[in-house]
Amino acid sequence: MPSESPAPAAEILLEVVGLSSYYGPVCAIQQADLHIRAGDLVAIVGGNGAGKTTLLHTLSGLHPASAGCIRFAGKDITRAATHRIVAAGICQVPEGRLVFAPLSVEDNLRLGAFRQRDQDWIRRQTQQVYALFPILAERRHQLAGTLSGGQQQMLAIGRALLGHPRLLLLDEPSMGLAPLLVEEIFRVIVELNSQGVTILLVEQNARAALRIAKRGYILETGRIVKTAPATELLADDAIRRAYLGY
Amino acid sequence: MPEQLFQFLVTGITVGSTYALVGLGFALIYNASDVVNFAQGEFVMLGAMAAIALLGAGLPLPLAAILATLATVGVGLLLERFAIEPALGASVVTTIIITIGAAIFLRGIAMLLWGKDFHSLPPFTGDAPIQLGGATVLPQSLWVLGVTVALVVLVRLFFNRTLIGKALLACSFNRAAAQLVGINVRMMLRLAYGLSAGLGALAGILIAPITFSSYEAGVMLGLKGFSAAIVGGIGNPMGAVAGGLLLGVLESLGAGLVSSGYKDAIAFLFVLMVLFFEPTGLFGHKAAERV
Repeated sequence: MPSESPAPAAEILLEVVGLSSYYGPVCAIQQADLHIRAGDLVAIVGGNGAGKTTLLHTLSGLHPASAGCIRFAGKDITRAATHRIVAAGICQVPEGRLVFAPLSVEDNLRLGAFRQRDQDWIRRQTQQVYALFPILAERRHQLAGTLSGGQQQMLAIGRALLGHPRLLLLDEPSMGLAPLLVEEIFRVIVELNSQGVTILLVEQNARAALRIAKRGYILETGRIVKTAPATELLADDAIRRAYLGY
Repeated sequence: MPEQLFQFLVTGITVGSTYALVGLGFALIYNASDVVNFAQGEFVMLGAMAAIALLGAGLPLPLAAILATLATVGVGLLLERFAIEPALGASVVTTIIITIGAAIFLRGIAMLLWGKDFHSLPPFTGDAPIQLGGATVLPQSLWVLGVTVALVVLVRLFFNRTLIGKALLACSFNRAAAQLVGINVRMMLRLAYGLSAGLGALAGILIAPITFSSYEAGVMLGLKGFSAAIVGGIGNPMGAVAGGLLLGVLESLGAGLVSSGYKDAIAFLFVLMVLFFEPTGLFGHKAAERV
């Protein structure tokens, strides 16, 4: 069951040990170690092609791990099928939103709750998503493909929230959005986290991500090269030069 | 002359209904996996031949029809499990070639089981023709039409009203996203193969009393159903139905007014013309997508 209170030394929700993942002969993730405690907001930052998306795909079971181990809430999920991982409570907002374009906003959200059986809960959670993103309520009957990029991002987040996440994975939620919208999305991410949702945020927009995160990992060509509290990473000169551009 | 045209129309709609059901089967599997299943015609043949065999074994017709449909669904599921699923992740073209192989295999089995002779099923409710505005309608035609309408409505409700139907569509729109909301893509694929095998078998059983059936009957019916799906815009179930009816009527008009020898040629010429002028099909998705 989801632990709603982010206690100081909360249980470790996700633990990744020595994870490697290949694309053909190319090693996209090398020996990655990371952990996320319940209630945490963790950011993984890195440049283009650093392996951020591959890492998330491996966590969700879309891409096979070639070595290492992923434990979620004490269970080994390294080789579990994606739909089982989702059922266990890891919900991903994929890069590029990937909303079901020819279906309505409402249907997209309903499909997000595909593994949920409690109709009451689904209704309440849908209302919460509409409260979080009022524009989605307004456009509930519109086809998802006709929404703007920002609205599609909101829908993708809402869809993942209907999966009853214990851990929410967000892949580049700021991609292709205007600065004001990025701010809006990041505000929602903070709000969700304060409501007790554990979040792993993967971003190229390192500054924005580290500003809201509690802890950060730096990923470079498939290796985790540094981990520290986000404030420390923001102040680190080398990281500032490499990722923050100032 | 008008009576004659009406007669052609009736015949065309009857045959077209079969094409529509086969086309619907194509659309189902295409929606779930982007694959064109060339064994679809074999499902039609298996349904008809199994029903004929079961009837010959002494079973009453309704029971024979139900069992034959279920058996064909079983074949569809086995095909998915042992030929399609092991190749999951292979390219679409590879999978299509697998379905062609499966079609040849199923045809071979049917030939071994039932020989090369033509077989026929008796009409469901007699063969006394009904006079309808100058045209002669066989009772079996009404069966074909009625059952087709019922099945089309059911398939429509399935896609528009049920969560499972929408999940099946979701797999076709974006497989990764479907997996990420917790849809078991393999289960959906099995469901699609089972359903299209069932639809195909029913089409075969319905039409068997009108046209004869043999181990080879699936080839032409499969191609016609595929044409129906293309004409309607592949992946659009209701388009496939419209395409099937259109194809059937054109064929029947062509056979009646020109020459029955050109029947198939007219159908395929029509498909070529549609693809030439409207490559996404007459009712293809006008994609509403923003990038």
